[in-house]
Amino acid sequence: MDFLQLLVGGVANGCIYGLVALGFVLIYKSSEGVNFAQGDMMMLGAFLALGFGNADQLGLPFGVAVLAAMAAMFGVGYGIDRVVVRKIFGQPHFALVILTIALGFVLRFVAGSLFGYTPLVLETPFSGRNLNFGGVIVGLNDLVTIFVTLILTLALWGFFARTRIGLAAQAASQNQMAAYIVGVPVMRVNSLIWGLSGVVATVAGVLYASKGAIDPNIGLLGIKAFAAAVIGGMGSLPGALLGGLIIGIIEPIAGRYAPGEVAVMSPYIIMLIVLVTRPGGLFAQIHAKKV
Amino acid sequence: MRTVFKTSYDTDIDLHEHWFRRGRYLALLVFMMSLPFWADEYFLAEATNTLIWSLAGMGLMVLVGHTGQPSLGHAAFLSIGAYTDVALMNAGVPFLVSFPIAGIFAGVVGAIVAIPAVRMSGIYLAIATLALFVIVEEIVILLEPITGGVGGLFAPAIEIFGIPFERYAYLGNFYWLVLAVVVIICWGYANLMRSPTGRSFLAVRDSEVSARALGINVTRTRALAFGLSAGVTGLAGALMGHFIGFFNYELFSIFISINLLLVVTIGGLGFIQGAFLGAVLITAVPQVIAILRDGLNATAGIDLGAIPGLDTIIFSLLLIVFIIYEPQGLYGRWLKIRTWFEIFPLARRDMFRRQKSYLKTERSK
Repeated sequence: MDFLQLLVGGVANGCIYGLVALGFVLIYKSSEGVNFAQGDMMMLGAFLALGFGNADQLGLPFGVAVLAAMAAMFGVGYGIDRVVVRKIFGQPHFALVILTIALGFVLRFVAGSLFGYTPLVLETPFSGRNLNFGGVIVGLNDLVTIFVTLILTLALWGFFARTRIGLAAQAASQNQMAAYIVGVPVMRVNSLIWGLSGVVATVAGVLYASKGAIDPNIGLLGIKAFAAAVIGGMGSLPGALLGGLIIGIIEPIAGRYAPGEVAVMSPYIIMLIVLVTRPGGLFAQIHAKKV
Repeated sequence: MRTVFKTSYDTDIDLHEHWFRRGRYLALLVFMMSLPFWADEYFLAEATNTLIWSLAGMGLMVLVGHTGQPSLGHAAFLSIGAYTDVALMNAGVPFLVSFPIAGIFAGVVGAIVAIPAVRMSGIYLAIATLALFVIVEEIVILLEPITGGVGGLFAPAIEIFGIPFERYAYLGNFYWLVLAVVVIICWGYANLMRSPTGRSFLAVRDSEVSARALGINVTRTRALAFGLSAGVTGLAGALMGHFIGFFNYELFSIFISINLLLVVTIGGLGFIQGAFLGAVLITAVPQVIAILRDGLNATAGIDLGAIPGLDTIIFSLLLIVFIIYEPQGLYGRWLKIRTWFEIFPLARRDMFRRQKSYLKTERSK
């Protein structure tokens, strides 16, 4: 029973890691770049929802506040790509890594200036309520998290597999020149995807905030989500979700049966093991470079 | 403009093109050596700090600037170096022995980690180093008997052949010690870059496929670069431990890794001089902000201290501006200015134009 309880909490946590990891994967799928500011975008999304929705702030109804935050974060994501990332178009990926790390600090500073550095609680209609399934207590927020994550993953999968923009984004990442030749507006598609990853980050942020207080430093969760994306294999949507679940489940179990430090290390140890045994991740999509 | 008339093949690979340049570096060295005779204690401590940062910067520069392997976890090697050195000294080993061992140990750990890591490319390697950093941090906490765990430990005073190099009482001596280490490493680094090994680093950076075609063992080259880089960073970590005096695992945080990246990127990727320029910048900016803050507070009544994280945001914005407008960093900018003057009036705008490439991956879906 104890174990089952850990498992349920782990799955819900894992879904949040998975959601943040989805944001990484989106950008990786469309531009082969890695956005190290994804965790901070999640943090900003949560704070915007809090700013719109909480009674002592703007006090909008919860649903409206979340939609407004998603729209605002679409703008932030789109804007980041349009104003900053597009400037280094065509430069090595490493430049983007450093750039997004710096952007993460900027976002953290923005959130800290707007909302302060003391932890705040987002008011959601589903936090704090519990359901009892034969002895296993499941928070309503955990159920919502799992449900929303499944829907979002399916929707994004459909987006990449079925829609014109999704296919264009994949084409742009596989061969930019060829994508240009067949008429894909590569830069605009990239900006759209960045906006979309801002929206996904907001959803992750709101769900994360439904579990407890948030402060500008929760963006560091991004590093763990990053491990999730790598375990799944950067560029694979179901892989990201699976990676998130693996980390989410193993972390509390390691914390229960081993010293706390081991629990902190566990996501990264799993990641290193995966990287060593399957360098492309569980759902590998990269093959050795051919001359 | 000076024309160098080359009369032997050796001139071609000389460290310095002509005696004027060599003289400039010698003058800088003499200036740096004279510092303890006239500078006050505050300035000397800052200079020591800058030198330690440039040493760590050189460590990262081998990897990022010259081999093209990003690393987000170099604080791990700083911490390995610092803890190894202090642990050995606490066990009674003299500094002259423990210091090189600290570097070698960090280097060996780096090389061992690198062997699986170098199979990965670019972004995956960066992530693996990030993971290494977290793991090392937690191991430091777990190994409490040696590392002092969360509580931290004191770095013992350094003494070589009876001469004290203690950081507070004999700051001048400590400064010279750091300077000597930096000069030796820098000289070795400059020479490495003109040896076949150094050239193979550059080849791996510029094109892995071509490097392999030329018969370079890419895996070994990368592991070697990783080991050297970790070793030098470990030495810097040992010195940093002695400089701070009392430290725990928090001294080597993820922000240190990022600051190190800042040092090499803003300084100028691919130039040894860049590590020094970046180190000067990163140690000077917080001081300048502190002075400005006091000044503004006293004269205009503007309290910048009320804005938390001002240093970080300034660094971040600097980093963004440099990545976008001057990816070659401070040294690259200086090279452009110097070239403009040297060949005046023949400089053209496109001389330093960056080549852009279209992205193409081997992803199948």
